[in-house]
Amino acid sequence: MNIVRALKCRECGQEYDIQPTHVCEFCFGPLEVVYDYEKLDGYFTRELIESRPQTMWRYKELLPIDGEPTVGAQNGFTPLVRAKNLEKALGVSELYIKNDSVCYPTLSFKDRVVSVALSKAVEFGFKTVACASTGNLAGSVAANAAAAGLESYVFIPHDLEQGKVLGAGIFGTRIIGIKGKYDDVNRLCSEVAGKYGWAFVNVNVRPFYAEGSKSLGYEVMEQLGWKAPKHIVVPMASGSLCTKIHKSIKEFIQLGLIEDNGTAMYGAQATGCSPIAKSVKDGTDLIHPVIADTIAKSLAIGNPADGYYANRVINETDGWAEDISDEEVVDAMKLLAETEGIFAETAGGVTLGCAKKMIESGKLPRDESIVLCITGNGLKTQEAVVDAITKPRIIDASLKDFDALAEADGFEAAA
Amino acid sequence: MSVSVRIPTPLRKLTGGADEVAIEGANIGEVIENLEAAHPGLKERLCDEAGEIRRFVNVYVNDEDVRFMDGRGTALKDGDEVSIVPAIAGGC
Repeated sequence: MNIVRALKCRECGQEYDIQPTHVCEFCFGPLEVVYDYEKLDGYFTRELIESRPQTMWRYKELLPIDGEPTVGAQNGFTPLVRAKNLEKALGVSELYIKNDSVCYPTLSFKDRVVSVALSKAVEFGFKTVACASTGNLAGSVAANAAAAGLESYVFIPHDLEQGKVLGAGIFGTRIIGIKGKYDDVNRLCSEVAGKYGWAFVNVNVRPFYAEGSKSLGYEVMEQLGWKAPKHIVVPMASGSLCTKIHKSIKEFIQLGLIEDNGTAMYGAQATGCSPIAKSVKDGTDLIHPVIADTIAKSLAIGNPADGYYANRVINETDGWAEDISDEEVVDAMKLLAETEGIFAETAGGVTLGCAKKMIESGKLPRDESIVLCITGNGLKTQEAVVDAITKPRIIDASLKDFDALAEADGFEAAA
Repeated sequence: MSVSVRIPTPLRKLTGGADEVAIEGANIGEVIENLEAAHPGLKERLCDEAGEIRRFVNVYVNDEDVRFMDGRGTALKDGDEVSIVPAIAGGC
């Protein structure tokens, strides 16, 4: 059942037919997909959803494509982990990790948005897809395009982590490094998109692309037993994920799939690029762009397009936003790995580190359910932690040498 | 003083399809006024009722965001390149 109604300007409300475009012709406001939810009355039930395969597409009625997905049909449905060890470490009673560091196929939540964007691009008839990326998106576009038989171009800042460059290049995409920051890449892509007629996932098909993030929220609610948590902490770059998870919760409430649990949204940024967190803390909705400087490169967007809306969602839900130093990012990456066995990328360190800070400051209550959204995999940002982890101790292949080492560690041979 | 202004796709209906136009002006504010005179309707797309550049519009002079300079008062010299770019997203 297709319930997509139109594209609608978030600023002036002007509606447009479904087409590959992303800004309002009248006021330049961003366009968003809107739906006729009442068409799903009595049809879109928990039972229907549970009867479907465990992928993000089990919620396909709420994703803006016409037919069946042609790209990324297996993507999504990542684990929601009850983080018992981390609960002890942080002194909280109910904590979960939504672990998109193992999202199929490229180990970040971008596989969700890309499968929607590319499925839609195929419906529109595009043969070439492209993106401006801080790394994860590049890898996801390249991989999903390869699997779908589409041509692709990916544009990245020239100084990205090697793991992310390699993690895109391996798929045979045309990879372009731009001398500049992500914001420069973005600006160029906005001009390239207008000129070459490709489907730029985060430019002209962005309204569809962004909707893919909602699937992360749907999964959390289903995995919690058809319930929204009291608090959700998300990393913020453009601010889009924060707004889309909020939208996913409102949709499930409207469709009668869950009760309204008064869920509050919390945003996490690195101090070296924290325009949205700063606006929340300053009590204003004016986002002042910054020149980004942080090891959390996937969040290094100095001019966040959805910052205003993320700010509003955080305020409306009585949430908060926080930012932490690069050193705290690394500490949090280690904490998550050592307590829960999850190796998250720098953005995951930002999310956990900011959550820790908000728990300590009382912004996040210790006795209510909290979900942390981990959106990418640490293997792609190894540079960030390479100097902070324990190096192997090198010994000869000699039992005597190992016995000495074990003794120093306080272990004794068993009997 | 003549500068070239790069026009983004959503505004080209107002410039007869042109992706770049030459405009006179000593600063960004003047360029916007002169753009409006040459292509009526452009100013209200770029500026709000108070005349400030809209939240979702980014204006660059030779690759520098005017918000990091003097906003509408940012001075221009002959041959400068002005780009108008809608804000777009990536990352999370």
